[in-house]
Amino acid sequence: MSTSTLAKPDEELSFYQLDEHPHPEGHSTMLGFWIYLMSDCLIFSILFACYAVLGGNYAAGPAPKDLFELPLVALNTAMLLISSITFGFAVLQMQQGKVRGTQIWLAVTALFGAAFLAIELYEFQHLIHIGATPQRSAFLSAFFTLVGTHGLHVTFGIVWLLTLMVQLGRHGLIPANKRRVMCLSMFWHFLDVVWIGVFTIVYLMGMLQ
Amino acid sequence: MTPQPAPETGPLLGKLSLDALPLHEPILVVTFIVVALGGLAVLWAITRYRLWGYLWKEWFTTVDHKRIGIMYMILGLIMFLRGFSDAIMMRLQQAMAFGGSEGYLPAHHYDQVFTAHGVIMIFFVAMPFITGLMNYIVPLQIGARDVSFPFLNNFSFWMTTAGAALCMISLFVGEFAQTGWLAYPPLSGLAYSPNVGVDYYIWSLQIAGVGTTLSGINMVVTMLKLRAPGMGLMKMPVFTWTSLCANILIVATFPVLTATLALLSLDRYVGTNFFTNDFGGSPMMYVNLIWIWGHPEVYILILPLFGVFSEVTSTFSGKKLFGYTSMVYATICITILSYLVWLHHFFTMGSGASVNSFFGITTMVISIPTGAKLFNWLFTMYRGRIRFELPMMWTVAFMLTFVVGGMTGVLLAVPPADFVLHNSLFLVAHFHNVIIGGVLFGLFAAINYWWPKAFGFRLDPFWGKVSFWCWVPGFWLAFMPLYILGLMGVTRRMRVFDDPSLQIWFVVAGFGAAVIAVGIAAMLIQFAVSIWRRDQLRDETGDPWEGRTLEWATSSPPPDYNFAFTPVIHDLDAWHDMKRRGHGRPVTGFRDIHMPSNTGAGVILAGISLVMGFALVWHIWWLVGVSFAALIGVAIAHTFNYKRDFDIPAATVAAVEDARTRRLAATGA
Repeated sequence: MSTSTLAKPDEELSFYQLDEHPHPEGHSTMLGFWIYLMSDCLIFSILFACYAVLGGNYAAGPAPKDLFELPLVALNTAMLLISSITFGFAVLQMQQGKVRGTQIWLAVTALFGAAFLAIELYEFQHLIHIGATPQRSAFLSAFFTLVGTHGLHVTFGIVWLLTLMVQLGRHGLIPANKRRVMCLSMFWHFLDVVWIGVFTIVYLMGMLQ
Repeated sequence: MTPQPAPETGPLLGKLSLDALPLHEPILVVTFIVVALGGLAVLWAITRYRLWGYLWKEWFTTVDHKRIGIMYMILGLIMFLRGFSDAIMMRLQQAMAFGGSEGYLPAHHYDQVFTAHGVIMIFFVAMPFITGLMNYIVPLQIGARDVSFPFLNNFSFWMTTAGAALCMISLFVGEFAQTGWLAYPPLSGLAYSPNVGVDYYIWSLQIAGVGTTLSGINMVVTMLKLRAPGMGLMKMPVFTWTSLCANILIVATFPVLTATLALLSLDRYVGTNFFTNDFGGSPMMYVNLIWIWGHPEVYILILPLFGVFSEVTSTFSGKKLFGYTSMVYATICITILSYLVWLHHFFTMGSGASVNSFFGITTMVISIPTGAKLFNWLFTMYRGRIRFELPMMWTVAFMLTFVVGGMTGVLLAVPPADFVLHNSLFLVAHFHNVIIGGVLFGLFAAINYWWPKAFGFRLDPFWGKVSFWCWVPGFWLAFMPLYILGLMGVTRRMRVFDDPSLQIWFVVAGFGAAVIAVGIAAMLIQFAVSIWRRDQLRDETGDPWEGRTLEWATSSPPPDYNFAFTPVIHDLDAWHDMKRRGHGRPVTGFRDIHMPSNTGAGVILAGISLVMGFALVWHIWWLVGVSFAALIGVAIAHTFNYKRDFDIPAATVAAVEDARTRRLAATGA
């Protein structure tokens, strides 16, 4: 390094990088996405806090024991946990450079995600049908909002999955697409972790009360 | 106040009808005419001089952090004029409404004015100003070419602008919230605010909040990932450090605001019972949540300005900053402590003596790192060769003013004192004391300090001094009476008064506001005069103040790529170090520089968000559906664009740098 300067430095220190090596494209996407996930986590933490504070306010309405069916929730949880495993398979396929396999496992993941959503919607519909609506009590407001926000995230994740499958079909496993698969993977596993919190705090602890 | 009936809604326009236009309020009609004429004149001028293409290509779609920074500053300035006219209206009303007089503002209008004043000054003045400042300066100070996510940066700016626009629309279509700037329920709930005011409040803050959160993430990643080689964390300039802490606070608190407002909107739109008085809801839950965001927010505002004062004091004292390490740790302490004090905003809630004591003590503890900072600035000045240029004058004014505001804050931190003083004008005087004396004075220091960097010429010192000497005494005149009134027990947000002995204080405060108005006018004249006389005020060196940090190493204004070669850092004050050791600026061997391309996606997405926000406010459900689908569609379409950058050819870089070499030679530098 050096040469071609107006004045000579008084010691052998360089003040500029003369051989430019630019940052690789997308070099900080992972960190950025992590920080985004943490900010999203904060939104969930507020909803959890609301549930913790307001979750006991039944307003003479139904309580968790009157409403929740653990077998159904267990099935639902299984769907989401399996979808995380299948996403893991998609990432493995990606690392082996197999576009087709990645797409197939992403599709399987989307199917399990959709099954999770279907069961959740069935549960919501059932609750509203028996009069346990979000308007009925602060407990139900907090319940529907917490679980529903998670469900919205899963919906968004499925839309993203489908978009990514098309993009993989068009451009294959280029670095940009690999990065996107990894981001969505983090998002999907993050939703899994949040669901474990929901499952434990809302359903299991609700039934224990 | 009794619950009001909800207005009727139609399928096509929702709640929107001709009644929503405030035709019966002369003040608003005249304001509308003036704004409309001014707007038309600007649009005509842009068309007349064929500037649309230039504005779209060079500014609206830009991903250059410097241009986005300038656009943020312009947004802040425009909204500042709006927020200040609200302030003048309040001062006039309160000075008039004595002895049976109702003043000139009806209650529902006055309540909107004080709400809008607070919302606009915090969200659409202070936030754009500091975001713009950080956007412009931080990448230059760390030797980077742009931020980590340039498109996101453009998108964030336009979302903030869309939020501000929605807030401005409420002035002429419908109404704004009449709840105070934090919209506490149950007053902001559907039962007591059935009209669209609170909905305007919610959606303008939600849209702007998306921008703020994303820009926070962007800046944190930029500072962690894009620092020039050799710049470890403890070699970052102090302004960058305080910006890092402020942005961490943004990422760690704005989601709380988003969630809280979302719950309030569920209460209003779906009929849930989070913050209602019945069915198990808890309004105090809202107050807790909003202040868990709200207290760190005031540190988001002040921390970057602490950084500005550090840079200014060091530069204009000709010394390195006293106690850099302690400055960094003080900043980190404040960052952490700002999370542990939120309850001091409602000591009277009834949490009991133990809880109040905890939050009272944590609040007082914050004054320790802040005090350490002040001593560091004083010791930096001690035995320095101080040059009293405008940035330094604002810094000294800050030190004198802010200390008083800090001390009244410590008074309010004592729970028994707070029981007497809460909700009084003493509190209003306190937070204006710290926000004007800290944030605003800091911004004026920053604008005077970095203007030459952004535009290549200095600001006119004469009009700057006129502005300074109006602002500082004007501030004291306007707010000292409020301290006195507050101590006498006058509560905030009052529209009329019975006790005639109080009037003189309000008249003095109103006079102070008028002096501040002259200060603002002088500043606008300062900008105009400086642009007019830019050739006399020109600075070709890029380093007009004998600066110490990297932003002064490049030309003014900096080229698109900031630095032709990435700097290598060996010392804390990197540029000072380079000058001291007789560094050589490389003049040959330029290479292609990889840069992000402009995109219109940010403008389009924010525009659709604005339409969706308006539709949500007025319950125009079909439009909500259409705009939501459009939002998702455009966002997905944008992800199909894989070609997001280009190379500036080495020949172009060489041409730009050669021109600078010639200019430097001409000035003898």
